[in-house]
Amino acid sequence: MAEDFVVTADAVTKEYRMGAEVVHALAGVDLSIRRGEYLSLMGPSGSGKSTLFNMIGALDQPTTGSVVIEGEDMAKLTMEQLAWIRCNRMGYIFQSYNLLVVMSALDNVTLPMIFAGTPPKQRAERGMELLTLVGLEDRHHHLPTELSGGQQQRVAIARALANGPDIILADEPTANLDTITGREIIDLLKELNQSQGVTIVSATHDLKMLDVSDRVCYIRDGEVENVRNRDEIDIHVGTLDDH
Amino acid sequence: MQNHAGSAISSQIQLPFSEAVRIAFQSLKIRFWRSIITTLGILSGIAFLVAVLAGSSIESAVLAEETQTVDATAEEQAAGIPANKVWLVTMSLIVCVVGISNAMLMSVTERFREIGTMKCLGALDRFVVLLFLLEACFQGLAGAIVGSLIGTSFALLVNLKAAQWSAWRVFYKFPWIFDANGSLLGVIPVIIGGCLVGMLLAVLGAAGPALRAAKMPPVDAMRVEV
Repeated sequence: MAEDFVVTADAVTKEYRMGAEVVHALAGVDLSIRRGEYLSLMGPSGSGKSTLFNMIGALDQPTTGSVVIEGEDMAKLTMEQLAWIRCNRMGYIFQSYNLLVVMSALDNVTLPMIFAGTPPKQRAERGMELLTLVGLEDRHHHLPTELSGGQQQRVAIARALANGPDIILADEPTANLDTITGREIIDLLKELNQSQGVTIVSATHDLKMLDVSDRVCYIRDGEVENVRNRDEIDIHVGTLDDH
Repeated sequence: MQNHAGSAISSQIQLPFSEAVRIAFQSLKIRFWRSIITTLGILSGIAFLVAVLAGSSIESAVLAEETQTVDATAEEQAAGIPANKVWLVTMSLIVCVVGISNAMLMSVTERFREIGTMKCLGALDRFVVLLFLLEACFQGLAGAIVGSLIGTSFALLVNLKAAQWSAWRVFYKFPWIFDANGSLLGVIPVIIGGCLVGMLLAVLGAAGPALRAAKMPPVDAMRVEV
């Protein structure tokens, strides 16, 4: 039997028009993401890493080539179906948390469940369950502005898990956090990956993040330079932390 | 954790109206002072509009009351809204539209990221538009109700004072529904009209920016730094 892939990108290119110039952000990327793996996308800024990340997350459409998520070609879906995929199959975590500032932690977590049509009582229960999972059950009524960066990112993780997604996409989730808090977020993601079997795809510069990955995909100049398994990479996080 | 593997793709994404109202209301409450300023803009425009309209209706009634005995002049004097007031009403409406559009434009622009985030969570364009229109509607209605009442009170006081308060008897024949000419420009229709106009202007002012913002791809909306 063939391997079980959640996302398959096939010869994906992306061109942007910036004034008169055409920018080739991606120049034919092939990448398959296995169910349940922890994959990190790495590459310098401007490498096309974020563009690829957005394609995998159904947030953007390729110029040519195809992105297939759970057997569905993204280019063939309607707006409603794309929204449904984002709501039910994907969980997003951003560098700057992107919580809705007008809503409490619990409301932030339950919002995707409203879109998915979960009844109010179940929403509240599951919301509290998820906040407990990320260790913030006693902060459920706080607004994002009343939470620290690490706590906000935890709420964002709980929100990403709301509808039981297949994939969690984390875009530099530790970039705005200090080392210790960043470590906690990474551990939490790894734990979710292992205990709940959620596929995690993260775009990152963080070596600590690469350390827990199953595979690391290096992007350079809009192409996949190489994809390596964790055991093929020599990372010594300890020595970086210790000096 | 439940996984959806195997279940077909659906397009069932929803935002029940009651939830939308709750979210819109909460959003206004948390940005209380910001909302108040927008609402004040609507309030002053509508107060001005209603003061002019209700004022002219009350003025006619007062005149009719005072000149009961001299019937001939009474009808001439109670001849609806004078031309200079039409100009005033037009001006007040323009100020209203410009002020409200600007306030709405600002409040949508500073929330691009929020819009992008909502779309990442599965919101459809129309949810975003619905939320902004509901907010505008609440603000428009609140501003217009208070504005109408202030405008009417102001018109009443000014007219009674002008008639040396002797016209208090006007309350026996107060132009509640119809003005002295029998047209539907009494105080109550003017207040209701003022509320509707205020709400409509707020919604129209918000519609443009909200539609534009809702159409942005989620990633672009989040990239905007305000």
